[in-house]
Amino acid sequence: MPAKYQKEIDTRLCKGCGICVDLCPKEVYDRDALGKPIIARDENCVYCKQCMLHCPDFAIEFIPLKEGEA
Amino acid sequence: MSDKKYLRNDKLPHIWCPGCGNGIVLSALERALEQANVDKDKTVIVSGIGCSSRMPTYMDFNTLHTTHGRALAFATGVKLANPELTVFVIMGDGDATAIGGNHLIHACRRNIGLNAIVVNNNIYGMTGGQYSPLTPTGMKATTAPYGMVERNFDLCELAHAAGATYVARGTVFHAKPLTDLILESMDNDGFSMVEVLSTCPIGFGRRNKIRGNYELMEWVKNRAVNVKAAAKMSEEDLRGKLLIGRLYSEPAEEYTKCYDKIIEIAGKEAKR
Repeated sequence: MPAKYQKEIDTRLCKGCGICVDLCPKEVYDRDALGKPIIARDENCVYCKQCMLHCPDFAIEFIPLKEGEA
Repeated sequence: MSDKKYLRNDKLPHIWCPGCGNGIVLSALERALEQANVDKDKTVIVSGIGCSSRMPTYMDFNTLHTTHGRALAFATGVKLANPELTVFVIMGDGDATAIGGNHLIHACRRNIGLNAIVVNNNIYGMTGGQYSPLTPTGMKATTAPYGMVERNFDLCELAHAAGATYVARGTVFHAKPLTDLILESMDNDGFSMVEVLSTCPIGFGRRNKIRGNYELMEWVKNRAVNVKAAAKMSEEDLRGKLLIGRLYSEPAEEYTKCYDKIIEIAGKEAKR
């Protein structure tokens, strides 16, 4: 799927609850040693934004890409 | 760094435990306020005591953090003093149904224009996991180590019976619909209440052998049935389930408007 957004994870805000990792229907994220998400398979992302909507810590952001950027 | 329009971004990260539902409710509320494009100076957020009542700390409005269970009493005062304000009242389940139970039913009865959000995490999280009137029967809490004996409230039915004109229930699993429900509740002139089925992974989930933050969210999801889907389901299938979505919407005259009329009548009497 062509990239529409750039995902950003704020590791300062993230507490590693793992909700985004478990919720993702496309298994985009892997956990690091602290349980925080790493974007492992960005090409699978369908931009449903479920991870952003359910992040309790405001740590995930979807930044819209301008045309031509990818 | 987060740059949400209606949050005090410098106060983040918040104090809640990893996986706490309060953060999801806060982000849903923030999105609803952003969509409604409310004026920061014309909005007041009132809360009582508890984990969920920490929410106004992170919100960039005129905020009021009050005594346990009395958030609605303070909010009634704010609304009556200046009926132009949009007042949100954020309470937990212990705050709204146990300690402030009377305030809740009488705010419903008066139909005063407040937007109440009751974050129901089934437990008193902040004080160490005691049971609340919304702990489901049979579930464990620190003060119910063999399981909750008492039956629990159906909060939405209670609010409706007491006279609230907009009653809805959402869950933290259904984050987008929750935003829509909060937005819709803002349109109601009188007292609106949105109950949010939330999660407490430490005080409730761990004690009840629901391990994992996502598993607890799934447990909440499995307890809930959308009100439209429920219309087609049998009574047996609906046993033990909670209905989510907009449950009641019956507009009636709002309290501060009735009060203004009284002021007018009393003013004429005095001039005579």
